[in-house]
Amino acid sequence: MSPYVPILVLLGIAFAFSLLTVGLGMILGPRRYGTAKMEAYESGIQPTPRAVGGGRFPVKYYLVAMLFIIFDIEGVFLLPFAVAFDSLGMFALAEMVLFVATVFVAYAYVWRRGGLEWE
Amino acid sequence: MTMLAENPVADFSDDTIWVVLGKALFIFVFLVVGTILMIWAERRVVARMQSRPGPNRFGPFGLLQPLADGVKLILKEDITPRAVDRVVFVVAPIISGTAAFLAFSVIPFGPEARIPFTDIRTPLQLTDLPIALLFILAAAAVGVYGIVLGGWSSGSTYPLLGGLRSSAQVISYEIAMALALVSVFLYSGSMSTSAIVDAQASGGTAQLFGMTLDLPSWHAITLLPSFVIYCIAMVGETNRAPFDLPEAEGELVGGYHTEYSSTKFLLFFLAEYVNMFTVSAIATTLFLGGWRAPFPLSLWDGANHGWWPMLWFVLKVAIFMFCFIWLRGTLPRLRYDQFMALGWKWLIPAALGWTLVVAGLRATQQFESVSTQKVLIGVAAVIAALLVVVLFIDWLVSPEERRQPRQAAEPQAVDPFAGGYPVPPMPGQRLARTSGPVLVAQQVPAAGQDTTDEEQDSQPGEEARRG
Repeated sequence: MSPYVPILVLLGIAFAFSLLTVGLGMILGPRRYGTAKMEAYESGIQPTPRAVGGGRFPVKYYLVAMLFIIFDIEGVFLLPFAVAFDSLGMFALAEMVLFVATVFVAYAYVWRRGGLEWE
Repeated sequence: MTMLAENPVADFSDDTIWVVLGKALFIFVFLVVGTILMIWAERRVVARMQSRPGPNRFGPFGLLQPLADGVKLILKEDITPRAVDRVVFVVAPIISGTAAFLAFSVIPFGPEARIPFTDIRTPLQLTDLPIALLFILAAAAVGVYGIVLGGWSSGSTYPLLGGLRSSAQVISYEIAMALALVSVFLYSGSMSTSAIVDAQASGGTAQLFGMTLDLPSWHAITLLPSFVIYCIAMVGETNRAPFDLPEAEGELVGGYHTEYSSTKFLLFFLAEYVNMFTVSAIATTLFLGGWRAPFPLSLWDGANHGWWPMLWFVLKVAIFMFCFIWLRGTLPRLRYDQFMALGWKWLIPAALGWTLVVAGLRATQQFESVSTQKVLIGVAAVIAALLVVVLFIDWLVSPEERRQPRQAAEPQAVDPFAGGYPVPPMPGQRLARTSGPVLVAQQVPAAGQDTTDEEQDSQPGEEARRG
């Protein structure tokens, strides 16, 4: 049996449970109409017509997402290196140090340009 | 030291589909019951920390309170506000609730054991992969979809901001977490959970004053900085206090699940607690020797056989879960910029630097041609080169500031009553006066310009009358 089959079995159980739970709530809960409770919750004041100026949000989050991709790719390169470290030898260590050094340079650049500041 | 097997140590070749189904159901029940107990324990322990009794009416010690809450949630009305995206609004909690369980499929509860009332022997672990830890990271990342989609589809301000905060938080701390894991992989030579537990079985020996001493084997001791970084990152990853900014009540009401009610809310709640169990189980497996018995117990031969290891595993996870409650009862919430600075400016460079040190140490142990001296010289050279590069970048990015050193700016004299009501000074400002009549619609005096009391007294009276 493939080692991935048990994961699918657990996935199936968890998915069935989630569906069942959401379904139960829809069936068993009462339905009482109310104008106020259909509105978006904003601590009792009149809700803004659409969330945060029409669904817009600070561009800062995009920057975090892009920085995440840079460092996540670094992680993706480091993981197989770490697993195979003992059989790769000194050459791999030197290469990895060079690689981390280049990423660190990018990191220092981002920091100096204020990319890590959160106002 | 010998080269460790890259593939899982545990053998799953004899498992039939019924055994797999049984183990999967066990994991599911374990997590759901664990969540119920954890909610009870959290309320009781936090209550005790705050000198109040906590829930104590339903069942012995209030043990049935979480069940009563669950039944109540199911019987509540399932409100779908008008502004929501109807499909995504339902799909988001299902994604969260489903993805939370996945990571546990590769967590080892114990070694091979006999299932009671049968002759079947099987590892107490659902399955194991050569890339098990990579799978866990992937499963954790899928859970973010539930949060960000739930926040977005609500069509409301607080959930949107809460969902964004939460996803930014999880991805920020995932980097530090993955980097902390790298040193564990370096030392165990595998990403498979059963192989990592196996690598912590014995830590080798050292000669000290003619005696042979057993070295500690847990990665929490040999790789202490990684363990510390992982523990901080796992609290940030699960959105728990003091990093529970997505649910900061004072700022965002409930965060991404503000608009959710009834069982959809229940699924988000369940997912949060299951995620706590997951990160605790990973910490146990990677750093605390997994299901292996702790030191005094490990002297007993039977401690690492049969069903006993599951007890050690659950106890170790329970310690982490208690620490989650303890943190919540003790620490105030961080501000968002402090939180992001901690992740990006402290944890990531610390994890990167520590990974380099571990790689150097491992090289001195593994490769005989490498002496400690050479590695130290190499590390020093790398650090020196990095410093030169960073200084160069510093010069490159701010050439103008370098050429013209910033002069200490003369503090600006500001009339605090210029806007019609008194305001405190901003940083770098000097108050022109601290008392006197209120001005209305008067220009702020320019910096350095002297204003006499007569000028100020004559004008404001007239303008106030006009205003």
